[in-house]
Amino acid sequence: MRMTASTPRTARRNERTGRSPVGQFFLYLGLIALALLTLFPFYWMFVLSSHSQSTIFSAPPPLWFGEFLERNYNALLARLPFLRNIWNSFYIALMATITTMFFASLAGFAFAMYDFRFKRFLFAFVIGSLMIPPLLGIIPYYLIIQFLGWLDTPRAIWVPGMAGAFGIFLMRQYVASSMPRELMDAGRIDGASEFRLYWNIALPIIRPGLATLGMLTFIGQWNNFLGPLVVLNSRENYTIPVALRTLQGQIQTDWGAVLTGTSLAVLPLLIIFVFASKQVIEGLVAGSVKG
Amino acid sequence: MARTTTSPPPPVSLPRISWSTRFDKLQRRFAPFVFISPFFILFAIFGLFPIVFSMYLSLQEWNPIQGLGTMRYIGLENYTWLMGDPWFWRSITNTLWIAFASGIPQHLVAIPLAFALSRGIQSFRHPLTAAYFLPYITSAVAIALVFQTIFGTQFGILNQTLQYLATAPWSAWLFGGLADSLPVNWLGRAPNIKPAISLLVWWQFFGFNVVLYAAGLATIPKDYYEAAQIDGASGRQSFFHIPLPLLRPMIFFAVTFTIIGNLQLFDQPFILTDGTGGTSQAGMTVAMYLYRTGFEWLEMGTAAAISWLLFLLIGTLTVIHFYFFGRSGLETRD
Repeated sequence: MRMTASTPRTARRNERTGRSPVGQFFLYLGLIALALLTLFPFYWMFVLSSHSQSTIFSAPPPLWFGEFLERNYNALLARLPFLRNIWNSFYIALMATITTMFFASLAGFAFAMYDFRFKRFLFAFVIGSLMIPPLLGIIPYYLIIQFLGWLDTPRAIWVPGMAGAFGIFLMRQYVASSMPRELMDAGRIDGASEFRLYWNIALPIIRPGLATLGMLTFIGQWNNFLGPLVVLNSRENYTIPVALRTLQGQIQTDWGAVLTGTSLAVLPLLIIFVFASKQVIEGLVAGSVKG
Repeated sequence: MARTTTSPPPPVSLPRISWSTRFDKLQRRFAPFVFISPFFILFAIFGLFPIVFSMYLSLQEWNPIQGLGTMRYIGLENYTWLMGDPWFWRSITNTLWIAFASGIPQHLVAIPLAFALSRGIQSFRHPLTAAYFLPYITSAVAIALVFQTIFGTQFGILNQTLQYLATAPWSAWLFGGLADSLPVNWLGRAPNIKPAISLLVWWQFFGFNVVLYAAGLATIPKDYYEAAQIDGASGRQSFFHIPLPLLRPMIFFAVTFTIIGNLQLFDQPFILTDGTGGTSQAGMTVAMYLYRTGFEWLEMGTAAAISWLLFLLIGTLTVIHFYFFGRSGLETRD
């Protein structure tokens, strides 16, 4: 920084990248080509969702949108209670998001703002629980849900993850880096209870971090497959991924309907990502890297 | 008041504590414990107990349909049976195959890509990163269904593209050799299933690694590059000698992620093989075998044993990884 500040701007450009304009051109070309290749399956999915079975399976393949979207959508609704499935996914993801935002930030606040006995050990325990592969408990998880009488209900999915370790960790980092501890004492002098300190002082400060956690939770739960696959067993209660799975493996899979379903499954994520990709990416990286 | 007048005064008069101050002290003292308790309560029920119980279950023979009373202690029989079970070993080799074939290229592509994004270009950094990252946050089930059409034998766009490249005059010199093996039956023939799954997994996760490495590169002081430039280092030299060694902690960390994640692969192979594992179980991962044993064949004890063996495999590979790369990876940069 000290050095470049004195050099002229035009010279700095080349110096920083160390590349010729031709090299830059090819670099951009390569990077953009790879990006298009990465995005292609999404485009392809939307295109095929608007075509009939016979044009999906034709050579050359259709590369632009067709007129079959509505019929595919109706075919999907004829095979599955898909609006119910969308609602189930949405309800589960929303409940998970609200509860996680509350419990994770509350615990993160406690770990960041208080000194209490066994704090280091308890925090290490939270982090350590992240190392356990989720598959290890999948069989007993099913049995517990059965024991509680929660089979085939949404709470079987969102309740166990209500106070996730990842969220607590993310929130602890966020509170620790954005909230000065003096605010705690100032609040106490004003007579606020400890919960009020969290609710009225910490929450407004950590709102951006909380939004990130909310989006990550929503995305994760929206995509969750194995959990719902194990504990949900009627079509009306399926979430989108489990419902889509049932369309598969039939003798005559209606791919137009399947891809309309996958498009609907991906669309909300695309919308979140278009508006908040920076936040989502940074949140995921911060949550994983600072460990 | 009455007490002080009737009985002799106590040697030290205690100040009267009102209920509200008492409550106030109490809530201040226990607040942090109350705040963190939801995690520990839920973890005890849905985290710790399942682990202990699955250990117990792995020593039993039990079909859940017949009720808890039919559980029968059989010692290590589930484990010894699995040791002689060809499907179990096939699922292990499949999992390792896919883990390596999708995992190593993820990092080989992600590191130079992150370097190009953070050092090579000035604009469009974020949109490009976001494009690479997008598959990571989309539903694996939805995406695997899309890939099932991409991998279609007769009309899948992958085969059609390869067909075109093999015959078009401008590309035939490079792809002409493929012509005889086209169309490739990606998901129907056993030797092709694992490469197809690996391609999907690679596609879904390389962007996540790009983002991790870009974050790692961002922490390297710019002065390092400037110093190298003054010393006359070329672009390639400054890649191999500056960020690569400094990225080692991040590489270590990202590879740990890949190991743990890839060994538990379920959604992608499950969907691509219609939930069966494919021709001669060529695409059946351990996670799939675990699921099918427990929930299709209702052998809960054996399934619990599989989960412990999988945990052991993940643990072993992580320890090996720590042993060989941990020292350089965890060492602080100075």
